[in-house]
Amino acid sequence: MASAATKISRFNIVSLALGLAFLYLPIAVLVIYSFNGSRLVTVWGGWSLRWYAEFFNDRAMIDAAWMSFRVAASSATIATLLGTLAAVALSRGERFKGRTLFSGMLYAPLVMPEVITGLSLLLLFVAINAGRGFWTVTVAHTTLTLCFVAVVVQSRLGSLDRSLEEAAMDLGCDPVGAFVAVTLPRILPAIIAGWMLAFTLSLDDLVIASFTTGPGSETLPIRIYSEVRLGVKPEINAICTLVIGLIAVVIVVASLASKLSSAQTRSAAPL
Amino acid sequence: MLRLSPGYSTASLPATTGQTGIMTEDATNSANETVSAKAKPPDAASRETGPPAAATDSVLLRIEAVVKKFGALRAVDRLSLEIRGGEFFALLGPSGCGKTTLLRMLAGFETPDEGRILLDGTDIAQVLPHQRPINMMFQNYALFPHLDVRDNIAFGLKRARMPRAEIDTRVAEMVALARLEGLEKRKPDQLSGGQKQRVALARSLARRPRVLLLDEPLAALDKKLREGTQLELMELQRRLGMTFIIVTHDQEEAMTMADRIGVMNKGRLEQVATPRKLYEAPGSRWVAEFVGDVNLFEGQAGPGAGGRLAVSTKDAGTIVVTAPHDPATKSPVSVAVRPEKVKLSRGVPASGVVEAHPINRLEGVVTDVGYLGGFTTYKVKLDTGAVVRSSMANTTRLDIDAYRSTERVVAWFTPEDCVVLEQ
Repeated sequence: MASAATKISRFNIVSLALGLAFLYLPIAVLVIYSFNGSRLVTVWGGWSLRWYAEFFNDRAMIDAAWMSFRVAASSATIATLLGTLAAVALSRGERFKGRTLFSGMLYAPLVMPEVITGLSLLLLFVAINAGRGFWTVTVAHTTLTLCFVAVVVQSRLGSLDRSLEEAAMDLGCDPVGAFVAVTLPRILPAIIAGWMLAFTLSLDDLVIASFTTGPGSETLPIRIYSEVRLGVKPEINAICTLVIGLIAVVIVVASLASKLSSAQTRSAAPL
Repeated sequence: MLRLSPGYSTASLPATTGQTGIMTEDATNSANETVSAKAKPPDAASRETGPPAAATDSVLLRIEAVVKKFGALRAVDRLSLEIRGGEFFALLGPSGCGKTTLLRMLAGFETPDEGRILLDGTDIAQVLPHQRPINMMFQNYALFPHLDVRDNIAFGLKRARMPRAEIDTRVAEMVALARLEGLEKRKPDQLSGGQKQRVALARSLARRPRVLLLDEPLAALDKKLREGTQLELMELQRRLGMTFIIVTHDQEEAMTMADRIGVMNKGRLEQVATPRKLYEAPGSRWVAEFVGDVNLFEGQAGPGAGGRLAVSTKDAGTIVVTAPHDPATKSPVSVAVRPEKVKLSRGVPASGVVEAHPINRLEGVVTDVGYLGGFTTYKVKLDTGAVVRSSMANTTRLDIDAYRSTERVVAWFTPEDCVVLEQ
């Protein structure tokens, strides 16, 4: 096994290159063309930062990006708070009736088609007569990302030794104090990873946002999508490159946090 | 809600002085020769501790008819027990006997379904763990991995809102006591098993609890380290005059350390006695079989010569035993003889012994010899088909006294070495 792992055959190299090309070639093309000086998307006209400048002068696009950022930050924060509480309740609370059902229900949105989530939320907002805009998208994204946070945090909690909390209580902490003093520092990396995950999920969601948003509060994906329908402008490439960069940074930070958290207990954590 | 002062550990502080200096020195000296003299912190002498309250007869902890149910299982079943101040008490039993559940009820992690737990006459059964002047040393040590050794030890003191200067002196004292000098800044995962064990001990002692609970404290250590640590724990307990309650499934550990042992089985106490009494005068057949090895012969008891009992057994004929204090009933009884009380000889035992005592003589053939260094165990198959175990100390280096397999021998023991147990 060890020798097979150290020796990379020609076949391995080819298949790896093919796989990576399949995944990243479109993105590479997009990134390269974002520096295209030409007005036409498909014709190379030399290196230029022209379309980045264009984007920063496009008021509507900047507004959409700012909207997306605010929605992502707020929904990720709310989802992290609620998701962590749910994870704690499910893994630390006394065994209550229907606990399995609850945790099943918590994870259902993970596999729920987004169209269904979006539609059901739209119906709900219409039914309660909520003005659609920033808050409805934020709530919708919280719904979407909460379960991801809960999964990440719960798996971390599950790998923690219960006796640490007991030791803290034994040494004078009340139950809440024991959680803050002992458990929270240990699950913090998972919480951070959960927040990052929620942030990225919210940032690139198109389906749910388009169901739940209202006039005048477009998110970036919605804006990009509507632009693209009128024809791909090179500016879109620049925006997408910026989004890819941002998401890459967030993902790297999240996986570092997760690695840190699993290094602490030497147990596998998600991500 | 009843609330025991969380500041109990600080409250008693200014009362006495001049005790710790002696305590720390002695603990350091006696603990281990490998610790050099510099390990003694010079400032440790200027501190105080409660005077070692010598083991008194006063009851400190009274457990009254406590019941704990997990579903249909009665983990602890109407158990009553009194533990005296300054006592080293061991709860011994097979796994699943409820000993850990009982300990966790004393710590406050479980609440009894019935019964009372009185500490100094106050019922603490419903008091939360952080409000009890009882600390626990956990089996896996449960050291806080994100805190270094010093902060682990100081954790409970900070919760008790002890002034910073006092925390520093108390931590230094505990570090000296547990011989952790130079390791204060280490994180738990940078410590060896023995060091972790000592940090856990220091942390649980730092608050000066009225009772220290130890849940299998030595289970994770290897044999040599375990034996050394047993002696250290005893020394420490005696010196601090503290009440220790230890849970263990290791009977040698319980025998070595404890003043008294409570043997638990199926949520109940089978017997509470000193180690010697437990071994030499087991209260029931179950205890006789659980603690150490034993030969058991079942039979009918009848009057024998000289006020003794004669038990006629199927396996070993008539066995003469010393009559127990409680007059034996007519019902079938078991005669218990420990293997080391059964001697072997090639012929009839020395005549002097024979004339002085009516000894029990069983003839048979050696079937199994187990050489264990300090002693050798033999299995002797009697002519009736029953097997008797004997254990003989190897008092000489040469094997002139050794018996070989298939050798015909006489296994013999005196009436005093027998214990009569009711079925």
